Amino acid sequence: MNCRSEVLEVSVEGRQVDEAILALLHTILLHRSTGKFHYKKEGTYSIGTVGTQDIDCDFIDFTFVRVSSEELDRAIRKAVGEFKEALSNSGSDGMGQISLEFYQKKKSRWPFSDECIPWEVWSIKVNVVNLANEQERQICREKVGEKLGEKVINIVEVINRHEYLPKMPTQSEVDNVFDTSLKDVQPYLYKITYQITDSLGTSVSTTVRRLIKDTLAL
Amino acid sequence: MENDLSPQDKKDLDKFIKFFALKTVQVIVQARLGEKICTRSSSSPTGSDWFNLAIKDIPEVTHEAKKALAGQLPGIGRSMCVEISLKTSEDIKVSYTVYNRLSLLLKSLLAITRVTPAYKLSRKQGHDYVILYRIYFGEVQLAGLGEGFQTVRVGLVGTPTGTITLSCAYRTNLAFMSARQIERTMPIMGIIIDHFNVGHMHPCNYRAAGEEEGVPYPVLEDSQEVCTTSFSTSPPSQMVIPGKEGGVPQGPLQPCHGALAEHGRLPSCPPADATHRLSATPSGGSEDTETLSQSSEAKSSSPSEALETTFSRKVGAFVNKPSTQVTTTSLDLPFAAFATRNFDLEENDPMVRPPDSPTPDSPLHGSLNSEDSIDSGGQHQDDFVMVDFKPAFSKDDLLPMDLGTFYREFQNPPQLSSLSIDVSAQSMAEDLDSLPEKLAIYERNIDEFDAFVDTLQ
Repeated sequence: MNCRSEVLEVSVEGRQVDEAILALLHTILLHRSTGKFHYKKEGTYSIGTVGTQDIDCDFIDFTFVRVSSEELDRAIRKAVGEFKEALSNSGSDGMGQISLEFYQKKKSRWPFSDECIPWEVWSIKVNVVNLANEQERQICREKVGEKLGEKVINIVEVINRHEYLPKMPTQSEVDNVFDTSLKDVQPYLYKITYQITDSLGTSVSTTVRRLIKDTLAL
Repeated sequence: MENDLSPQDKKDLDKFIKFFALKTVQVIVQARLGEKICTRSSSSPTGSDWFNLAIKDIPEVTHEAKKALAGQLPGIGRSMCVEISLKTSEDIKVSYTVYNRLSLLLKSLLAITRVTPAYKLSRKQGHDYVILYRIYFGEVQLAGLGEGFQTVRVGLVGTPTGTITLSCAYRTNLAFMSARQIERTMPIMGIIIDHFNVGHMHPCNYRAAGEEEGVPYPVLEDSQEVCTTSFSTSPPSQMVIPGKEGGVPQGPLQPCHGALAEHGRLPSCPPADATHRLSATPSGGSEDTETLSQSSEAKSSSPSEALETTFSRKVGAFVNKPSTQVTTTSLDLPFAAFATRNFDLEENDPMVRPPDSPTPDSPLHGSLNSEDSIDSGGQHQDDFVMVDFKPAFSKDDLLPMDLGTFYREFQNPPQLSSLSIDVSAQSMAEDLDSLPEKLAIYERNIDEFDAFVDTLQ
């Protein structure tokens, strides 16, 4: 199947990195999460309800909507935190990319492990800028807020164009399509990876490691 | 074809055709039931075995067939058709797909509604303005959105009976910040739902009137009506409470006007909103009183900061001798503050010479007055207090000579001579005396006046 890949670019100040990425990731996950499935007999299922929450950013003039799930929020924050740390440890350049990938698991027979087949990948390219004074920071607050607004509109347009979504699975297949580990919502199976661009422009990437791992796994 | 069938033969033929039609339908339908059919041969025929064939009559099918025939027979130019069609389970899944797609569309709408400029405005609504909404059907009205409005297509969902399109057109030109204009610009954001799915459309009982949401607006409205004659003439404050934009007067307040004390039921607002109110409303008096009384309820800066202002009341524009601390006890009349005063009677006027009690009580008052730096003319400004002043209808102070500066420079014009009682009393007497003379003059020149009037016509 074709895997659609979308790239979003943002330029932010150091303090704004977390919130900017959270805003975009949560906006995407809002669209890619459903309520919990409860399978009944006869192959039918009922779907739980997804609550939403408005989150105001502290360092950006922006408010975004995320699903009301503390567990999911924690998981995303953890990943973003790791990315931010890697970004600050990398050196002065301050450029990196964090990717949210939705995949489906395909069971393979032994001795091969399950395949993970991505069906949608969102990449957020982050460029960290340093600002000299408070006035510039204030302008940056507003500008980044506007930019994020534009990105949200992009995301919405892309999502509403997409035709492909994995088919609604039967009970036995549900874990191949959805992440059922959370207790209140059910996002599609996803993984978050990142790569940091060092000053030479080459990416010391987790992707390379992952590729090797996948190749060995096959 | 035989034209001369006997009636009996005709009747028989019709019967044969009728039963042939019914049996044909049975055969076709039974062949598509998905089961194998097996009927027995019998040597002794029963009445219902038409055409010597054992074809079972499924009652439902017979019923349908008879309904379709409706007493007629297939004839020339009137063929009877049995249609076999395939209905897939996809058709049933269509409703799930549509449902899920609509769910996705709603999620997109949730995200988009926080992104348009109106969201920020709506979060800050309170006293200067409120955001209203209006639902209507029919043609989309985009004229109110101003020039350069943007459109975002939130998404499309195809349904068996049409396409649901959700788009949002929003104003981008928000340069005006006058309260009056904001009141009039009703839906700033328009959500357009065009769909042809008649089955889901509600009966068109749209509400045309704007509805209010959020802060109870009528309170504000009333007080504006009451106080439109007064202007905020106090000079701008030099003090800024850290962390807030512009100075927000906080601290001990004297509820000033007897009349305004009624407007005690005030919607609460965070201190930042107080500044907005000050800037955007043309009327000074009660607005600021309300603002300030709220500020004292809201979180205030720590008392250690000498930034609390004691603010009394606003005075009308061009009113001379602004007075300061006035308690409710000293005011007997509503709107007494707006009555014009004059210098000569100030000894007796309690409004001009306020009772001393409130003034010295405030420990910070003295320190504030010492910071009174902007004073036009060296008038009796000692007790005049500073508040942050953003004149109505003006944009930020970008120009050197702008509305704010104008106000400050010309806020204390000299008393009009005709307004001072003694002078006017005198001139009144004079006027009366001179009237007969004047009348005489006018009568003499009556022709001149007539000619003038003629030229006007």
